[in-house]
Amino acid sequence: MTHRLRVFAIGGFLSYRALFGWLNPYLFVIILLVPSVTQIMFFAYLGRAAGVEDDSFYVVGNAVVAAAVPCLFGMADTITDERYTHTLSLLVVSPASRLALFLGRAAPVAANGAIVAAFAFVVGSLVLGVSVPFSALAPLALTILVTGFACTGLGIVNASLGLRWRESALLSNLILYFLLLAAGVNVPLDLLPGWLSTIAQGLPVTHGVEAARELVAGGTLTDVAPLLGAELLVGVAYAAVGLFLVRLFEVEARRGASLELA
Amino acid sequence: MRLARSMAVGWALHFKQESRNPFFLWIVICTPLIYATMAYFLFRGGTDGDKLVGAAVGTGMMGIWSLTTTAAAAALQWRRRSGILELLVAAPLPFWAILAPITIAISALGIYSLLASMLYTRLLYGVSLEIEDWLAFAVAVPVGILAIGLLGFMLGAAFVRFRAAWAVGNLFEFPVWTICGLLIPIAVLPAWVEPVAWVFAPTWGMNALRDAALGDGSPWDDIAMCAALSVVYGGLGVILLRVFLGSARRRGTLALS
Repeated sequence: MTHRLRVFAIGGFLSYRALFGWLNPYLFVIILLVPSVTQIMFFAYLGRAAGVEDDSFYVVGNAVVAAAVPCLFGMADTITDERYTHTLSLLVVSPASRLALFLGRAAPVAANGAIVAAFAFVVGSLVLGVSVPFSALAPLALTILVTGFACTGLGIVNASLGLRWRESALLSNLILYFLLLAAGVNVPLDLLPGWLSTIAQGLPVTHGVEAARELVAGGTLTDVAPLLGAELLVGVAYAAVGLFLVRLFEVEARRGASLELA
Repeated sequence: MRLARSMAVGWALHFKQESRNPFFLWIVICTPLIYATMAYFLFRGGTDGDKLVGAAVGTGMMGIWSLTTTAAAAALQWRRRSGILELLVAAPLPFWAILAPITIAISALGIYSLLASMLYTRLLYGVSLEIEDWLAFAVAVPVGILAIGLLGFMLGAAFVRFRAAWAVGNLFEFPVWTICGLLIPIAVLPAWVEPVAWVFAPTWGMNALRDAALGDGSPWDDIAMCAALSVVYGGLGVILLRVFLGSARRRGTLALS
């Protein structure tokens, strides 16, 4: 048990540091923080041009989806960077528990996603003058944390696909763009075709964004509890599928000796 | 003559090579499609054909810009990782003549972006893409691409010196999309944004393509601005490259990734 905890905590910490060229705060700012705010500005002005929704809609939507960027790319990079540095094979032959290994890598990534989302929320609101009720701050923090967790679940699925396919950055972009389009982040769900808004119910972010918007509009934690429950459930489902796929693709890669080639 | 030949061969080689990179192709083709779809839904189905043609051209330019900012940096990072950056710098050809064809070839992949977004708008939304001035449009595309490629070259100079500079490409993606009027009318933006947008080639490239497509005004002055900015970016890029390369050599950091 102690061994698993060590893999979870120390392994996760070292893997997180490696994501930013060994903990370079400058990279953290220019990769995650600044783009999260410029994205809000872009969509807020696009919304103004289209005359669809107000600034609050785009600040909340894009701040919450900002949690997805570090979760998707960060989790995928934990696999692809191992491949680049030729340590993926060593990782796979190690006797360490896969559950501890991947959950250890996922925990800082989820926290990271929540921090980026909170930063985007605060700065976006200040710049565009979106007011948030004081009573909504704590439930909003919880909503962001839950969404960060759900996005990390999807990130684990993404990371597992990195064991099978080399172009995981491509997959991360594909998933992120789909979230921007279909999760109700920038286009209200009622403007999307029915089949697309149905798919959106199974995506992380969709329920988190809806809950955050309700809170900003004056809703309480009790009002948004079902939405948070749905977001949590979506996250658990993706994490379970992701961990299963990690195991499956690992076995397949060993059998085909394709780990370094994928 | 030898220099021109090397640059032409370098451009053709890199264009072919990067055309086979699935990641670059994804960015260049799917970025405009996703954003064109969003614009379509946000503008509520857009019954205004001109607006959709403008969105098709604008999202095409967005793809070109995304690719130039991210891929130019990635191209250098890849050369550094694979250990050939030092060899390229040590080659008898000036390094600017090696780097410029790479960034211009990458932005030239943007032709796929324009084609994809225009075909998408034509096939899915049924908007007939009647270009008012084909000659101006045909001239505006390569001149705009050259200007954006040389802007990428200027930024690329910093990528040589700073190992983390590849990430700077991310910084410029949304701001340039926003202020250059690619999808958002400049009239919606604060007044101070407009003069800032003038220093970015995508502003003039977009104006030229829009005017040529819709016939709203003469595209030739915008094409001329793209050409003038190309000269400025190229000149500044050569100077910056000399400074950063000298610094990287002195510090011995060229190969550090």
